Amino acid sequence: MNITDETIEYVAALAKLELNREEKEKAKKDLGSILEYMDTMNELNTDNIEPMSHVFPVKNVFREDIVTNGPNRDILLSNAPKQKDGCFMVPKTVE
Amino acid sequence: MDLTSLSALELGRKIKNKEITVEEAVRAQLEQIKAKDKEYNCYITVMEEDALARGKEVQQLIDKGKIDSPLAGVPMVIKDNICTKGTKTTCGSKILYNFIPPYNATVVEKLLNAGAVVIGKANMDEFAMGSTTETSYFGETKNPHNTEYVPGGSSGGSAAAVAAEEAFYALGSDTGGSIRQPSSFCGVTGIKPTYGTVSRYGLIAYASSLDQIGPMARNVSDCTAVLDIISGYDSKDSTSLEGENYNYTEALVDDVKNMKIGIPKGYLGKGLDEEVRAGILSAANVLREKGAIVEEFELDVVDYAIPAYYVIASAEASSNLSRYDGVKYGYRTEDFEGLQELYKKTRSEGFGNEAKRRMMIGAFVLSSGYYEAYYKKALKVKARIKEGFDKAFEKYDIILGPTAPSTAPKLGESLSDPLKMYLGDIYTVSVNLAGLPAISLPCGTDSKGLPIGLQLIGKHFGEKDIIRAAYSYEQSKG
Repeated sequence: MNITDETIEYVAALAKLELNREEKEKAKKDLGSILEYMDTMNELNTDNIEPMSHVFPVKNVFREDIVTNGPNRDILLSNAPKQKDGCFMVPKTVE
Repeated sequence: MDLTSLSALELGRKIKNKEITVEEAVRAQLEQIKAKDKEYNCYITVMEEDALARGKEVQQLIDKGKIDSPLAGVPMVIKDNICTKGTKTTCGSKILYNFIPPYNATVVEKLLNAGAVVIGKANMDEFAMGSTTETSYFGETKNPHNTEYVPGGSSGGSAAAVAAEEAFYALGSDTGGSIRQPSSFCGVTGIKPTYGTVSRYGLIAYASSLDQIGPMARNVSDCTAVLDIISGYDSKDSTSLEGENYNYTEALVDDVKNMKIGIPKGYLGKGLDEEVRAGILSAANVLREKGAIVEEFELDVVDYAIPAYYVIASAEASSNLSRYDGVKYGYRTEDFEGLQELYKKTRSEGFGNEAKRRMMIGAFVLSSGYYEAYYKKALKVKARIKEGFDKAFEKYDIILGPTAPSTAPKLGESLSDPLKMYLGDIYTVSVNLAGLPAISLPCGTDSKGLPIGLQLIGKHFGEKDIIRAAYSYEQSKG
């Protein structure tokens, strides 16, 4: 499959990635050959076959809405690259 | 005999019989790691102080009779995508280089309750994406059988640590072969359980519908003892299944008389290394001589397992890995303007090439206009593959074949051509798509002295069938 610059830019944007020119060229080549290989799936007839996301017939798993975890804000925040006043710190997003 | 060469169960017995203290075992293991790991790089983190303190604690529990597990006091290693409370869990990635989980994975809790001494965290391909452990941010792991070769992946650190006697057993994870293939390359034994048998709670997700944690060890009995401990229903994992009996050890019986074993013809065909083929056929013969009924059969549908696997796994990865944004944990880029640039730069600098490639493939196959042709098609192929296995298991108790088409490749040969690397997963990925259990165990070496892996695949919840066959084979091999 021939992958265009636009396609690579589109999927990079979807994946929130920034690629330099060299990476873009490599991605075009790799994606092209990988998708071409994936197209071999079309040789297999799957008419009237239901798509299967789960091997076992698992149903929705419900539980009572009861809080079981304790207050652990500080522990969770301890992994944050930047924090302030008990919150995750992010760049200003609203003017 | 060197203490570190004992099997996990032998060491457990000696600890129980007071021939060895837990502290002696832990110190011997740490010494071995110090002597060997500079060369092999199996470990991302060695928990020296924690392990020594834990050793003392476990000894006390054993002395007081509070733990009665066959593996109490035995040092082990955990793949670095399984959360360990208070100990760095990196997933082999720069983007999680400093992540310290605030909780333990369920499997870790279960092992601790059974008296395990966690001695460290094992190296792996970044986010378990790779077949060589070369995509790790923390450097490549080397194959202890020959350091010019890869240990396989993605659980390469776990497999190499067990092979190099740097751990008595390990936990790995298997999404498309990541327990079985490195077990094969390093000459150890590894089990990928039926999907839903072992809780995924605390396993950092790659492709959630395929991921499964499992044991890796030096023999079938050790692996089985670990599986006894880690399996079971967990309400914290909504895909966890309630099994009837988790006592796998009772399947360690040296008897395969009248067991029906099928070998898919395609598993011995094009692309299989001659020496691997010979090793597999001779293993099949051993089982035949012990009274098993072994025959070849057609399972053509697995030819489409690799493309379906890479569509599904990449799609799930692109979704699962969207959480790494430089806000809540892990790496954050230094210079940025605005939120969008924070995301993009953090992710571009934090992820390696293979992770980026799979996220982009995933984004593509899920994107508008391609979803039907790729993602939905792959889910239909998956249904056909499961159907193919279901049919096979109407006739056979287990399926036998190679784990990988070759023995370990040399370092540096695999990453330049990703498609070629993906094709190496030909015998393993269909098992994940169909949710089946499988074991890889050593069956000889090739002329380079590199181990060959035999794969036995069972039906859903058929762990005991493959364990019995593997154990029987192991007994005959001596």
